[in-house]
Amino acid sequence: MNRYVIVGNGVAAAACIEGIRSTDRSGEITVVSAENRPVYCRPLISYYLEGKTDLARMNYREESFYEENGCAVLYGRKAERIDPAAKTVFLDGGETLPYTRLCVAAGSSPFVPPFKGLDTVPETYSFMTLDDALSLERATETPRDVLIVGAGLIGLKCAEGLHARAKSITVCDLADRVLSSILDAEDAAAVQAKLEENGIRFFLGNSVAEFRGNTALMQNGETVTFDVLVLAVGVRANAALVKDAGGETGRGIVVDASMRTTLPDVYAAGDCAEGPDASVGFNRVLAILPNAWLQGYTAGVNMAGGGAALENAIPMNSIGFFGLHTMTAGCRTGQEEVEHTPNGYRRLYTENGYLKGFALIGETRRAGLYTSLIRDKVPLESIDFTLLKQAATSAAFSREKRKTMFGGAKHAD
Amino acid sequence: MKRIYVNEEWCLGCRLCEYNCAFANSGLKNMAQALKGKPIFPRIHVEDNGRVTYAVSCRHCDDPLCVKSCIAGAIRKENGVVKIDRDRCVGCFTCVLVCPYGALAADENGVMQKCELCLANACGAPACVKGCPNNAIVYEEREEEA
Repeated sequence: MNRYVIVGNGVAAAACIEGIRSTDRSGEITVVSAENRPVYCRPLISYYLEGKTDLARMNYREESFYEENGCAVLYGRKAERIDPAAKTVFLDGGETLPYTRLCVAAGSSPFVPPFKGLDTVPETYSFMTLDDALSLERATETPRDVLIVGAGLIGLKCAEGLHARAKSITVCDLADRVLSSILDAEDAAAVQAKLEENGIRFFLGNSVAEFRGNTALMQNGETVTFDVLVLAVGVRANAALVKDAGGETGRGIVVDASMRTTLPDVYAAGDCAEGPDASVGFNRVLAILPNAWLQGYTAGVNMAGGGAALENAIPMNSIGFFGLHTMTAGCRTGQEEVEHTPNGYRRLYTENGYLKGFALIGETRRAGLYTSLIRDKVPLESIDFTLLKQAATSAAFSREKRKTMFGGAKHAD
Repeated sequence: MKRIYVNEEWCLGCRLCEYNCAFANSGLKNMAQALKGKPIFPRIHVEDNGRVTYAVSCRHCDDPLCVKSCIAGAIRKENGVVKIDRDRCVGCFTCVLVCPYGALAADENGVMQKCELCLANACGAPACVKGCPNNAIVYEEREEEA
């Protein structure tokens, strides 16, 4: 009988369980969960602080999920190393778990650069886990001044989540704009303006030079006083288990489209994995929930002996702040074309007859039509791209394609 | 299972399907009370490229990307129907980003909604199809083409 071990208990792990069980109903599955709770919707932690959801609704699967899928979950435990020759996982406390096939779905961890004086700050927080959100909830039971270091996705969603709870929120980043990993300067300015409208203050191109207790001395000489410090500078894939065992790693654990690592019978999925990105044609960490699920499921199917491949994973983000929705997908190479609408604008990138990427600011209706052109590598010559630039409508697709999409009604007269 | 299929040649572009959808999902008994003088948020929409029109609603995909992508675990497929638990939806729009048909849209409160074939409302079967004057959308069982 197969013995499956999954290190991690997030969305990629849940999908891995579902993938295994789609193919093998009987093998043993053991889940090593560092966090002391069943799988939850990690991206909802900011919505929790905002009051848009609660703990009961944050469960990603039913309470009976593990039992129904015949999984043993080891809560509050950490995998310390793996021995790929002996096919064994070593847990904290010395226990060992033999495996037939292993999936590392260990996620990522906050990266904290060495700020001078950080150890003098009385209250510092990360914003990665539900426990982090619960700590921040307690820390802001009375309105306090919050400083968030990092204007990326995590930092800004944290700012939005704390907005109604905090006395003030200041966000700083060494980058010259918000969301610098996905937005260009103009897009970022629109998002920043929305956040500023709501009272969030920014220091950009300007990080903390030194902390002195509850004061941050900025690089440009200004000072910011705060009660609560959130460090959201960046994250690093938890790749050490595979790296230390001799497997290939880059910014994450290197996997192919089947989610196999370079170690035999070891797979990886989710935020810790660096898998094929179809929009650029090389491997990248795609740390978003949809890819965590798709990668986890692909790994699970293959661990159980199936033949799944994830060939069309691309980076894509939908992120909204105070009602301004922004979406990005693929990469920004090739020719840029911008179309303004009453809601905002679309920025499309085409290269060699294909849509390569987009940024949609405010105008996000039916965005999946564009996403599908990137994912499915649809030749633009096969569609009315001129129309599609003006409006997100499947009417721009060919008659044959529309018939495949929508069925073509057979008439009963 | 029965699904909604489209025949764009027969569509008049009258948008009655949009109104019937909004009414069926309003929970109200009086159409005027439900729709008159209000912006409507139907779960079906008429596409128009100046040459053809046709109505698009959820295809209830065999391999639904929205289900896999929902960050709130709010979209499930049950008995062939892709359903959204609107109480769990936080309005992140990730489903809009991934749906290749453009079949999901927010309601007036920013909560996502989609066609659930009127199986759970008082109509019991797709109101859009019932009200289509020209059979441009049909609700029928057929073998899926690959």
